[in-house]
Amino acid sequence: MELIVLLILFPLLISVLVFFIKNEKIRNAIMRCGAVVTAVLTLVTAVLYFKDGIMISFGRSEVIDVCMLIVEIGLAAYIILTGFKEKKYLLSLFSFVQIVMIVWFELSEKREIEVQNYIVLDKLSGIMMLIVGIIGSLICIYAVGYMKSYHIHHKEVKERKSFFFAVVFVFLSAMFGLVLSNNLLWIYFCWEITTFCSYLLIGYTQTDEAKHNALLALVINVGGGLSFAAAIVILGTKLHTLELSVLTSMEPGFYVLVCVFLLCIAALTKSAQFPFSSWLLGAMVAPTPSSALLHSATMVKAGVYLIIRLSPLLGVTVAGRVMTLIGAVTFLGCSLLAITPHDAKKVLAYSTIANLGLIVMCASVGTQESLWAAILLLIFHAVSKSLMFLTVGSIENVIGSRNIEDMNVLMQVSKGLSISLIIGICGMFLAPFGMLISKWVAMKSFIDSKNILIVVILAYGSAATMFYWGKWLGKLNCNRKPKGYEKQMELRNDEKAPIFFLAVIVLLSCLGYPLASKYAIVPFLVSKFGTPPVIPIGTGDQTLMVLMIFMVSMLILVPMGHVPTGLFPKRRETPIYMAGENSGDDQHFIGSFGIERKSDLSNWYMEEVLNVKKITFWCNTASAVLICAGIILLIGRWGM
Amino acid sequence: MSVIKVILIIILTPLAGGLLVGFDRVISARMQGRQGPPILQPFYDVLKLISKETIEVNRFHRFYVYLSLMFIILTAVVMFSGGDILLAIFILSLGAMFFTLGGYASWSPYSVVGAERELLQMMAYEPMMFIVAAGLYYVSNSFFVSDIISQSKPAIVYLPVVFVGFIYILPFKLRKSPFDLSVSEEANQEVVQGISTEYSGRALAVIEVTHWYETMIALGFVFVFFAADNKISHLIAVLMCLVVYMFEIILDNSTVRVKWQKALSSAWIVSGILGIVNLTVLSFFNF
Repeated sequence: MELIVLLILFPLLISVLVFFIKNEKIRNAIMRCGAVVTAVLTLVTAVLYFKDGIMISFGRSEVIDVCMLIVEIGLAAYIILTGFKEKKYLLSLFSFVQIVMIVWFELSEKREIEVQNYIVLDKLSGIMMLIVGIIGSLICIYAVGYMKSYHIHHKEVKERKSFFFAVVFVFLSAMFGLVLSNNLLWIYFCWEITTFCSYLLIGYTQTDEAKHNALLALVINVGGGLSFAAAIVILGTKLHTLELSVLTSMEPGFYVLVCVFLLCIAALTKSAQFPFSSWLLGAMVAPTPSSALLHSATMVKAGVYLIIRLSPLLGVTVAGRVMTLIGAVTFLGCSLLAITPHDAKKVLAYSTIANLGLIVMCASVGTQESLWAAILLLIFHAVSKSLMFLTVGSIENVIGSRNIEDMNVLMQVSKGLSISLIIGICGMFLAPFGMLISKWVAMKSFIDSKNILIVVILAYGSAATMFYWGKWLGKLNCNRKPKGYEKQMELRNDEKAPIFFLAVIVLLSCLGYPLASKYAIVPFLVSKFGTPPVIPIGTGDQTLMVLMIFMVSMLILVPMGHVPTGLFPKRRETPIYMAGENSGDDQHFIGSFGIERKSDLSNWYMEEVLNVKKITFWCNTASAVLICAGIILLIGRWGM
Repeated sequence: MSVIKVILIIILTPLAGGLLVGFDRVISARMQGRQGPPILQPFYDVLKLISKETIEVNRFHRFYVYLSLMFIILTAVVMFSGGDILLAIFILSLGAMFFTLGGYASWSPYSVVGAERELLQMMAYEPMMFIVAAGLYYVSNSFFVSDIISQSKPAIVYLPVVFVGFIYILPFKLRKSPFDLSVSEEANQEVVQGISTEYSGRALAVIEVTHWYETMIALGFVFVFFAADNKISHLIAVLMCLVVYMFEIILDNSTVRVKWQKALSSAWIVSGILGIVNLTVLSFFNF
């Protein structure tokens, strides 16, 4: 028990330390040690408690509750003032209403409610804890190296590194609290802390754009928090409980469904689903470690984590149907939109939203197989996407641009970076990797749930996904010789190590997924449903394992081709075909007036066909309509 | 036993595919009023290509066609040994992806344009492939080809509309007009041949063999639609494969290449409408 408390509080300690220590060397050392110790603590906790799980109840939690309440009031006061200062009155209103609700609830109704288990570590929270702990600490180490290079590139940005690092650690602590708590008030508290941290991280550079986007993220997430607070109040006053595990085992009556619906809305804002997705795209102005932390591995996962938790009450209920369709709209819309941007981080952002949409779809269908797929997707997405974010961040430092078009020289500039990016991309959509296995299972469970529309949407979304990753992969593989090109900056060791580890984790995960399935996901599903799920790709399927190993070894052959081993005999090399008008260097040709011209090849972005504004507008409208329909159906149910 | 089966699949598939392509060339020639090559011409071509010197533009871009061939062979093995049809589709698209990467790897204008178009084509036909798999799963409750073809009634009885949609996207897979944007089979469409522009000798032979496998896999899908548990239906299914292939040859010779916008949008609209209609009707009758 002490271990879990330590796990939650340790990052806070590090955060205080890095905030006050101004000496850079010492601070960096503390960052590294802190990150390593956090990862080790996570692993130790996992080893000790993962198998049997643990539930903790505190006899007296008044002190903790009062502390949380004070922090919440302080945050609310700050947010309300910011709202007035920036003329975002909606923000102030949201924050005001929810703090009044929570304070009233704490002081009146809550006294009669007894909470049994404050902290529950079962298989699902164990998985989340491992993701947050390991990927989170790798990102922290990466941040040390990245921020150094970042400030050399961006002289105009005021250096506030100790603040940045401190917020990152507070954020980790809040994420641990969020996934391990069972008391909804505690989850809500951590939820609000992550919202506030993301506001601070997005606004790091203090440019107008960053400030604007940070406020946007704050407005949307505080709106989600309002929905969360309303759910807590209804749950406490009408159903007299505050425990998530109790809520999920209830019969889907009217009040239960209202609570679930409100919690799902909160989850949608956190996971940036349509119509609340705009904040995540704006958040890409932040320095890369925070993008990786917020948008790949941890914060956006909090939303889908909540939906997976609530899945017993979703399925065929109103809330479940609405969530499935919103997930489907988001998946399809963002997969199409991801074709259009040139900016690598933006592609990653769209693809993150799209994948979260897929997870929301799977989780809210609520059958055993679909939940299996949802949890596996969550794991694989966290690993691959954080690898890609970190790599893109370093690429920006090294080649001075994050435009995908400029990455055609990458293979010649930095082999390590381009191979890790290739591994990340393959992890997102190619055959032997986990994302595809989960998609396979998702497909099966969608057909079983007789929902034709989402089957078809999955098919289309996957096709678009293949297109945008494929063209990026092509760009990375093109071996263009970097002529007249200067490397901006060397890669630091603090960047190399996390990227290397994450790449190894991605590779291992594609062989190790049966283990994750056997020891974590299947036991979790058995404890929820009573019977083991029927997974088409069982752990005992030897033919499939042989196939998998064969495919992985084939994929390892690709990078092998890039290593000059001398194994392959040298062949005659000729210039590329340019209709006979080559000027000799494969990059220029003789134009019609006998002038030498540069040949430039660009990828396909389809901006005319896929109108970003239109698609965003229609997806937002569709999902807003879906939410309204959900509300109307709920009211209709109450009327009956 | 299973090893022999796998070896037989690996050997017989390209032989049959090559014969089909030879047959196609003869028929096409007759339609255009020519005598045409002997039916074994594709094999002569490949043998000659193998004996030629391989010239390349860089050291890497040859690997991708070999990888592509490996994965296409794997697809054929999975598919013809009665394996999981969804797995077959996934590996097939992996093979196609490596083929496009080969096009990109040369960084030559013609092959990059070909590669981009190939990606576009994949995006255009992929939804229908998934819908086909979903439909087959719907009627037989299994993704395994061996289960699907041992039902009492062939799948076509329940999925006629999906089958029409599949025929619509088949030219993409067979590299035939009107959807042969990336690499055309014949020289009448283009002089510089898309992705394969920079390949020569042995690598080009590999591309040719890959295409034979792909042709057979595409017709394998047609077979799955018509086969049921009695042996006569298997014969009918083989005949239907030939009929479909004949139809594609006629289509190839009577249409011209369409623009990419039209290829993409028409494929998506056709597969969406036909897929949803067929599957909804099926689920309405609760199969």
